[in-house]
Amino acid sequence: MNSLLGPFLAVLRRDLMLAWRGRADVLVTLAFFVVVVCLFPFGVGPETNQLRAIAPGVLWVAALLSTLLSLHRLFAQDHIDGTLEQLLLSPEPTPLWVTAKVMAHWIVTGLPLVIAAPGLALLFDVEQGALGVLTLSLALGTPILALLGAVGAALTLGLRGGGVLLALLVLPLFVPVLIFGAGAVDAHLGGTGADAHLLLLAGGLLGALALTPFACAAALRIAVE
Amino acid sequence: MMEWESWSAFWDMGGNAWFVWGSYSITAMLIVLELVLVLRRRKETVLRLLRLRRAAPYATGGQRMNEEMF
Amino acid sequence: MTTDTLNRAERSRSLFRFAAPQVFYPIAGRLAPWFAGIAAVLTVVGLYIGFFVAPTDFQQGEVYRVIFIHVPAAWMSMLIYLVMAFWAAVGLVMNTRLSFMMSQALAPTGAMFCFVALWTGALWGKPTWGTYWVWDARLTSQLLLLFLYLGFIALTRAIEDSRRADRAGAIIALVGAINVPIIYFSVQWWNTLHQGASVSLTKAPSMATTMLSGMLIMALAAWAYTFAVAFWRVRSLILERERHTDWVGAELEAEAKRQ
Repeated sequence: MNSLLGPFLAVLRRDLMLAWRGRADVLVTLAFFVVVVCLFPFGVGPETNQLRAIAPGVLWVAALLSTLLSLHRLFAQDHIDGTLEQLLLSPEPTPLWVTAKVMAHWIVTGLPLVIAAPGLALLFDVEQGALGVLTLSLALGTPILALLGAVGAALTLGLRGGGVLLALLVLPLFVPVLIFGAGAVDAHLGGTGADAHLLLLAGGLLGALALTPFACAAALRIAVE
Repeated sequence: MMEWESWSAFWDMGGNAWFVWGSYSITAMLIVLELVLVLRRRKETVLRLLRLRRAAPYATGGQRMNEEMF
Repeated sequence: MTTDTLNRAERSRSLFRFAAPQVFYPIAGRLAPWFAGIAAVLTVVGLYIGFFVAPTDFQQGEVYRVIFIHVPAAWMSMLIYLVMAFWAAVGLVMNTRLSFMMSQALAPTGAMFCFVALWTGALWGKPTWGTYWVWDARLTSQLLLLFLYLGFIALTRAIEDSRRADRAGAIIALVGAINVPIIYFSVQWWNTLHQGASVSLTKAPSMATTMLSGMLIMALAAWAYTFAVAFWRVRSLILERERHTDWVGAELEAEAKRQ
């Protein structure tokens, strides 16, 4: 067990350190999230009832777009400086360190969104009781986005116009996460309870954790070879 | 004409001409377009590869460079 | 010399015989016109039944006649995606180039049928539900299927190295195929929670036999058409990919003489 945990933690620590050194990039993602969320009242009008109704959807779509914005960076730097090839040649199982990289990426780009979301929800006058469900749904859902997005990032690695292509590839795959994520908050507010949604999100996260690292590993090998 | 009293009744589709013929015409156009594109692509591929072949009949290694020219 | 021995080895394994592009190329060329002919005949027969034999629907009037292209197109778009994913999986497992080419030859036709299904569905929806579009589970899944097609096509076209394009496309096709049921399920769940806005489409009206037979004949026509177009397209792909081989050279010279 330790022999697997060691490399996992090593990659995780390395990526987190690199992210710490370039922390301005991280803040850009968070700022993008905040700005996108704050744009909606200008588009739909400042009416409180309406804002309250669209808040879960707005926060979720904004989280989805922010995830997308940072995805192409997931493997790009390692691809350019040759680290990726080194990792692929290393004896450690590829899905293992891919998972570590995605996890580091989520801690850097996803977790700040999860933490900022309740505060932004207050701008939309969301009931305080629903903030917990919103945070939990984002905490369960954004890792799925990162995992699915990692496959797309690996497939489009180093391609011209890769960013737009990446969006086209992964956005349709994000739809179920969006439905259950935003639906959880709606269900809580509607009184039916968010348990089913959150359980499905948790199940989706486990499924994504089990499957996507392998797809991602295969995609990376194709891209680099 | 078992089902229709006249051709004009047929074209009118019970007042739904736009919906029925709009569906059929776009479908027909797309199918024709796809066929044209597929057959033209074949023609173009053959011509382009022939030109490549004429330009460097026996080359194997340097062929990549020639392709860029066309 | 080495390619020759390789070809002989490939030919000896009877199952893989048709997997060799060189063997498949002339077969596809011979079959495609036949399928195109069958498609044309079936379309004429199907449309004749659809427009001149099938009776007016007592609920919907004449608009329902859109069904003769709408349903076959919707079926075909889903089926082609599955076939595409199947060939992608075969390619990844068996490492056969032809399967990758087949999946890429099918994609544009699948996307075309997908769009036709959406377009005709919208035009059919207006007079029957009073709106061109509802966010019903089926319509929404169909729309997302179109996006999956476009993603696959865009990815395989964007990668210049054909080996990488094949494999990357195969992976996204498989990921998409796994996701299609999840998308359908989630959209259905979402839709039932927002019942107010939607129209129930699940109640299938009983159909006259002539309507059904017209629809099935049109579905067969769509099958034959897909075969024909995919075969024609795969021939161009084979020529392109195998351009360095001797047999493609001979084929090209023969083609030049014909013109």
